[in-house]
Amino acid sequence: MRLARTLKSSSFRVALLYMALMGTSMVALLAFIHWSTAGYMARQLDQTIEAEVEGLAEQYRTGGLVALATALTLRVDRSADGAGVYLLAGDDLTPVVGNLDRWPQVAPDAQGWVRFDLRGRGTTGRETHAARAKTFRLQGDLHLLVGRDVRDLEATLGLIRSALGWGSGLAATLAVLGGWLMSAGVVRRIEAIARTSREIMHGDLSRRVPTDGSGDDFDQLADGLNRMLDRIVELMDRVRQVSDSIAHDLRTPLTRLRTKLDGLHGTDDPAAQSALDSAVADADELLATFNALLRISRIEASGRQADLAPVDLALLARDVAELYEPLAGDRGQSLRVSAAGPLWVQGDRDLLFQALANLVDNAVKYTPPGGTIGVAAECDGQVARVAVSDVGPGIPAELRERVFERFFRGDASRSTPGSGLGLSLVQAVAQLHGARIDTSDNDPGLRIALCIPLQSRGEGPAGPKEGVGRA
Amino acid sequence: MRVLLVEDDPQLSAFLLKALREVGAVADHAGDGREGLFLAAGGGYDVLILDRMLPKLDGLAILRTLRASGDATPVLVLSALGEVEDRVAGLRAGGDDYLVKPFAFSELHARLEALVRRRAGEAPATRLQVADLELDVLSREVRRAGTPIALQPREFRLLEYLMRRAGQVVTRTMLLEHVWDYHFDPQTNVIDVHISRLRAKIDKGFDPPLLHTVRGAGYILRG
Repeated sequence: MRLARTLKSSSFRVALLYMALMGTSMVALLAFIHWSTAGYMARQLDQTIEAEVEGLAEQYRTGGLVALATALTLRVDRSADGAGVYLLAGDDLTPVVGNLDRWPQVAPDAQGWVRFDLRGRGTTGRETHAARAKTFRLQGDLHLLVGRDVRDLEATLGLIRSALGWGSGLAATLAVLGGWLMSAGVVRRIEAIARTSREIMHGDLSRRVPTDGSGDDFDQLADGLNRMLDRIVELMDRVRQVSDSIAHDLRTPLTRLRTKLDGLHGTDDPAAQSALDSAVADADELLATFNALLRISRIEASGRQADLAPVDLALLARDVAELYEPLAGDRGQSLRVSAAGPLWVQGDRDLLFQALANLVDNAVKYTPPGGTIGVAAECDGQVARVAVSDVGPGIPAELRERVFERFFRGDASRSTPGSGLGLSLVQAVAQLHGARIDTSDNDPGLRIALCIPLQSRGEGPAGPKEGVGRA
Repeated sequence: MRVLLVEDDPQLSAFLLKALREVGAVADHAGDGREGLFLAAGGGYDVLILDRMLPKLDGLAILRTLRASGDATPVLVLSALGEVEDRVAGLRAGGDDYLVKPFAFSELHARLEALVRRRAGEAPATRLQVADLELDVLSREVRRAGTPIALQPREFRLLEYLMRRAGQVVTRTMLLEHVWDYHFDPQTNVIDVHISRLRAKIDKGFDPPLLHTVRGAGYILRG
């Protein structure tokens, strides 16, 4: 997985490109080094041999065979170590003068160059050395061969070539390794940023991109991102604070208003009484909205709490269904519940009940008469899933995330009563419980599921929470 | 009914005192915690209404002090805070009921009545009767004018709750809290449908109707 990501990463591709460029220039450099060292030595040798051939040919032209033979003998003597190879042969290639016992049986190339083995060389007299020589045909059907024992030269050339080969191999290995390490490092840092952004997308705004304190480009990038996130959180907090203060500040005068209206109760005029009742109902609706807003904020602000108690989600689902069944029945809807339990989760039973009630409430609102509402609680691996489905108009896929926003109302819900806060509260409750909300198409209709991690086996349910509020 | 109201908001206090007196209660008022504790400790009240946030001494401290001194006067805690942990804290400190501001006076009144009656009440009866409606808690039988009536378990609990508070107004929130045992705000009046189903079973075909709706407040079962 990691390997595949590293191979696919753009930084690895850049590293690969650099490796290719570096490889090409290294090959060029090595070729030049080879040409200017080994090549130079070979060329030098050929020039020496050619100069010698020129000299000997000149001797032959001016002094005839005798001068040539004399010069050859002299050279053979001078080259006591046997580095120089000379042979003058007759028309049938039988040796005349020289330090070769026979003419090499190798065909020369167009320029007369020949390469052959010298047997019985070296200090032991048993080695075979390579030789390079130029053959030359003299007037009078004589053959001249001038050459050098090239064993030392070839050994040197071999050393140079192997040095170049090893050097380039090592450099290539280092380049691949370096490129790999570098891109893996970059991929790791980018991966950390990507992971953080994914977590933030999942709703955990408190996450920050890790820095390693080196102050490098990535640290600066992470720093910038983190500052941006801080700013976003700050702005969101401020917006929330403003809406909270509005709700809070307006709640007090509204409460007084409602109280005063309540105080006017009992007037004899039926028209005034009905106006009063309707004014009280309006005030109640406003108060309910403000209360819901403040409640959501309080739930969100409280974060994950330690005092969540074991709750049987299946029982909760059955209770919600039981509470809403008559309401659905009155509207000609059928409410089906399937909740085999128990499904123990750590939770706040009142808040979870509220969340489920909001979901069922919505389902009842949007399901046409004759439609079916489903409440299903089931165990799915490590999570308890409780889903509420309806056969109403549903929500277009692109709006499904937005329904959890405060005051969001789809076109279908404009005409129905409600504050637009019901699902925001569901989301706040879900977050408090570390639960995931799945919205999907019920085809037709909408299906919203709460997925809450099941309580681990070891803890064991200590029995449902006591009904503290019981009078 | 003698009531002590410990509340620092003058407007709310004035309204509550007036409303309490209108429904026939004798109401005293304390504007801060210390005075509240002083008056409450003097005794003689049937029920206390205690605000949580008070100057000088907070409501829960008063409550704990009273309970520690063996005073068992029913206490209804009022609070602007509404979340579960606050309610649990209030009830743990010895409160008997908990009401979140803002509230309707009818809600407060119904709850006060319930608290006072409960205290006055003897051992809980196992046979309840309102007019010709009878309910046997043990055999779970319900009869109206001698005719057996079949009720669902929840309807039975609902009727039992109403019958134990016959003649008192019972609010929707009280029903949710005590019959369904959940503290939550329904967005729709789900309770109304349950009541009308119950009404169809116990009142339809009988005379006079026993289960009445009290507008703006709740329900009352009356013989």
